[in-house]
Amino acid sequence: MTNSTYSEARPAAIRWHPTVVHYAPVVVIVLALIAIWYVAAVLMNMNIVRDAFERNETRYTTEELIAGTLSAERPLLPAPHQVVETFVDDVFGWPVTSPRSLVYHSWVTLSATFVGFLIGAVFGIFLAVLIVHVQSLHKSLLPWIICSQMVPILAVAPIVIVVLGSIGLRGLLPKAIISAYLCFFPVTIGVVKGLSSPDPIQRDLMRTWSATPWQIFWKLRWPSSLPFLFTSLKVSITISLIGAIVAELPTGAQAGIGARLLAGSYYGQTVQIWAALVAASVLAVGLIGLVSLTERWVGEHMGARP
Amino acid sequence: MMVAMIAPVTLHYQRVAFVLAAIGMLAAFVVPLSSEPTIGLFARPALLAATLLTAALYAGAAFVSVPLSIGIALAGVLLGCTMTLALLRDDTIAGYAVWGFWSAVLANWIAAWLCVARLASVKPHDKIVARSIDLAIPLLFGAFLFYLWEIAVRGFGVPPVLFPPPSLIAGRFFGSLWTLWDDFFQTFILGVLSGYLIGCGAGFLVAVVAHRFTFLGRGLLPVGNFVSALPIVGIAPIMVMWFGFDWPSKAAVVVVITFFPMLVNTLAGLDAAGHIERDLMRSYGAAQRQTLQKLYLPAAMPFIFNALKINSTLAFIGAIVAEFFGTPTVGIGFRISIEAGRMALDMVWAEIALAALAGMAFYGIVALAERATTFWHPSYRT
Amino acid sequence: MDVSTPTGMDERMRSPDTNPVSSSAATASALAVHARGVSLTFETSDGEVQALSSVDLDIAAGDFVSFIGPSGCGKTTLLRVIADLERPTGGTILINGVTPETARLQRHYGYVFQAPALYPWRTIERNVALPLEIMGLDAATRRERIAHYLKLVNLSGFERKYPWQLSGGMQQRASIARALSFEPALLLMDEPFGALDEIVRDHLNEQLLRLWNQTQKTVVFVTHSIPEAVFLSTKIVVMSPRPGRIIDVIACDFPRDRTLEFRETPEFIKIAQRVRAGLRSGHSYDE
Repeated sequence: MTNSTYSEARPAAIRWHPTVVHYAPVVVIVLALIAIWYVAAVLMNMNIVRDAFERNETRYTTEELIAGTLSAERPLLPAPHQVVETFVDDVFGWPVTSPRSLVYHSWVTLSATFVGFLIGAVFGIFLAVLIVHVQSLHKSLLPWIICSQMVPILAVAPIVIVVLGSIGLRGLLPKAIISAYLCFFPVTIGVVKGLSSPDPIQRDLMRTWSATPWQIFWKLRWPSSLPFLFTSLKVSITISLIGAIVAELPTGAQAGIGARLLAGSYYGQTVQIWAALVAASVLAVGLIGLVSLTERWVGEHMGARP
Repeated sequence: MMVAMIAPVTLHYQRVAFVLAAIGMLAAFVVPLSSEPTIGLFARPALLAATLLTAALYAGAAFVSVPLSIGIALAGVLLGCTMTLALLRDDTIAGYAVWGFWSAVLANWIAAWLCVARLASVKPHDKIVARSIDLAIPLLFGAFLFYLWEIAVRGFGVPPVLFPPPSLIAGRFFGSLWTLWDDFFQTFILGVLSGYLIGCGAGFLVAVVAHRFTFLGRGLLPVGNFVSALPIVGIAPIMVMWFGFDWPSKAAVVVVITFFPMLVNTLAGLDAAGHIERDLMRSYGAAQRQTLQKLYLPAAMPFIFNALKINSTLAFIGAIVAEFFGTPTVGIGFRISIEAGRMALDMVWAEIALAALAGMAFYGIVALAERATTFWHPSYRT
Repeated sequence: MDVSTPTGMDERMRSPDTNPVSSSAATASALAVHARGVSLTFETSDGEVQALSSVDLDIAAGDFVSFIGPSGCGKTTLLRVIADLERPTGGTILINGVTPETARLQRHYGYVFQAPALYPWRTIERNVALPLEIMGLDAATRRERIAHYLKLVNLSGFERKYPWQLSGGMQQRASIARALSFEPALLLMDEPFGALDEIVRDHLNEQLLRLWNQTQKTVVFVTHSIPEAVFLSTKIVVMSPRPGRIIDVIACDFPRDRTLEFRETPEFIKIAQRVRAGLRSGHSYDE
């Protein structure tokens, strides 16, 4: 036999539990990111803290310097635990109806988000149904709908609010309208795709049964479009949230997460800004979770694979 | 040459509609044009001729073949719109228009709608003609929408300070080109473009590295998906705090906004290459770099361009929102808030038109580049 | 060590080629493929699956060998082990006297898959050029090779077309041209004509035979069509599943210039019957 014989069996690989294999990378990355955050906080706040010490003419050790960077009053980059502390304080430390409570502000933004999302989703679905059934609209309207998203509505937000204010619509509705403008688009595009998704074979079958357009829509197109609908709804609801937050900015609103961001930026309350951002993220995750739950519930009733 | 696919029933309704449009046009002779005392059509010879001709064209379109009717009706619509716009130049009509006037406008609307519907149903054999028609339909549709805007605002007498007509906006646009250019340069070139290039570039590079080291990829993908869903625009005040009022803070916001969708989509794209193709590369003994360059990257192009298109709109939003948190005295967002405060809405709309044009051009360029590099993808061939 | 005796098979039917005692150590390196006791066990979520169990096989240079058997008999797995796309968990295997990995890195073989696997963003000529680019051939040589091999598979004139503009059969021919372009000694083909209709398939079988005659390569061909295997091969390896193993190795000594009409001759039918008998004894036709 020749020398270069092929080797014996490969060594038995360690069998990790599938959950570990699935989650370990994410956990490691997240921990690594948090570690990087701490290091960045120390480095970025170093100058401020050093200046403060020197102004008070106190002597400081390296440990005190580092400790100082992680607990500064107005840090350039707050440490993770500072953000968590302030967040917990602002959520649980005040009564829910107080204008200092994050829950209150979140609720204001959330209500605008929901109303805007509802309007946008319904309008989006309606447009999609129209486009799929009226051939000329598909070619004439759809390009304009795509273009409509290139008009930065957020730039238009100030006038929308001013114009609507002059007819007497204030508060929730203007914000909801801006959110609706932003979030109808993914729904329209997704539902158009979904309504057009059934196989030609399926459509031919409907023809052999002489089904009316309404029957074809309700029994074939609509059920086929649900997966697309839910995917777009998840995108749409996050966009609606962004719209509601940003709609609060140009008018210097007093309540809402956007208002909180604005206040934090005016008064230099960095940690307050970060806490508001965490609140916004919690809202976003919660909203997506809500849509996912609805999706799963609908799926169960329609025989989707678990 | 051309084959029109219209069901006979629909064809019948369309013919009736054309005749109705002709009648509506003629109604402008008998029904009063304005609530104020004004000169009727019979005393305006040029407009009289125009109205008669338009009505004739509409009626004619009802009885000829479909392709010919499109041409005739288009001519009629052009004439009809010009005639109504000309009528508006009379101060006794503008702001006081009533049924006679509006029936002519309605006639134009019906005819225009029929034009678009018939154009959409035509299926020419020639590819170039088909493409031109596909381009013409939305353009015609949009042009008519602008006509309606102009007519409605001036016909109903909406105060221009509240909602200006397109003609006023166009006038203001061309009258303030220098200011518009400065704003465009500040917001778009300095803020959006630089942030877009850095953000997309960084997202791409990190994705390539994460693809190479599977552990990193499996960890970053969920994190990237998560962050993409968050309202990133909220970091704008923090960026202003870190980078100051000028364009770097706007670019920074754009970088963060565009990074994550690019990362997530590029990773998905790099994973899109099939098993067989990967085995093929392995059978050639190809080096890692060769496989990346010849297989993974080309296969990822559709996904990458998907992200580039999404990012082109997100980048714009990010830059403008960032301007709300602090900006030097130039920039699209800045100009809009100032002019809105002054109730100079025509300038606001001019800026919006600028933003819309810039946004559409940006998206269009990315879409063209996509066409050139991903022409092979099945979604283009159906 | 010995080839496992198929149950109920006559001693007479065992081909002398497969008796390992007869091939001396000196000819082992002249063999295109030399496998002894090759086993491959997959770990799946349902437990262990023995894809290959103690496979012994010798393939001489210039042979056209078909692996035939039902799904799950390990024929594709064995081909992939030869190609170093899978690593065996037991046994030894040499390709042209070296390990499969060395053979792969030295580009000893070309692989043709079930699907054409042409890159949709490259024209046909650039697809055929792909392995040549990777292996660092210069542009002039590439052009020459592409022209030559596209002519060999009757695709001259289609260089500038994209894969989707070609029919399935033509795409598969382009895939074969690509596998030949860097002139490997060994051609590994995994059910290359499986997705095509029968008439195209017959036509391509004839063309492949002609190609093999012209280029004198060693071909290892996986199929589950008995007529195809009998028509093309100089040696047929019948395999059966659970666990994957070789049931029988049948030598065929047909004229090299045979045409499709050969499939109705008695010699052909006799070998086909033998193949089918092997499959039955390997329980391939059971529920």
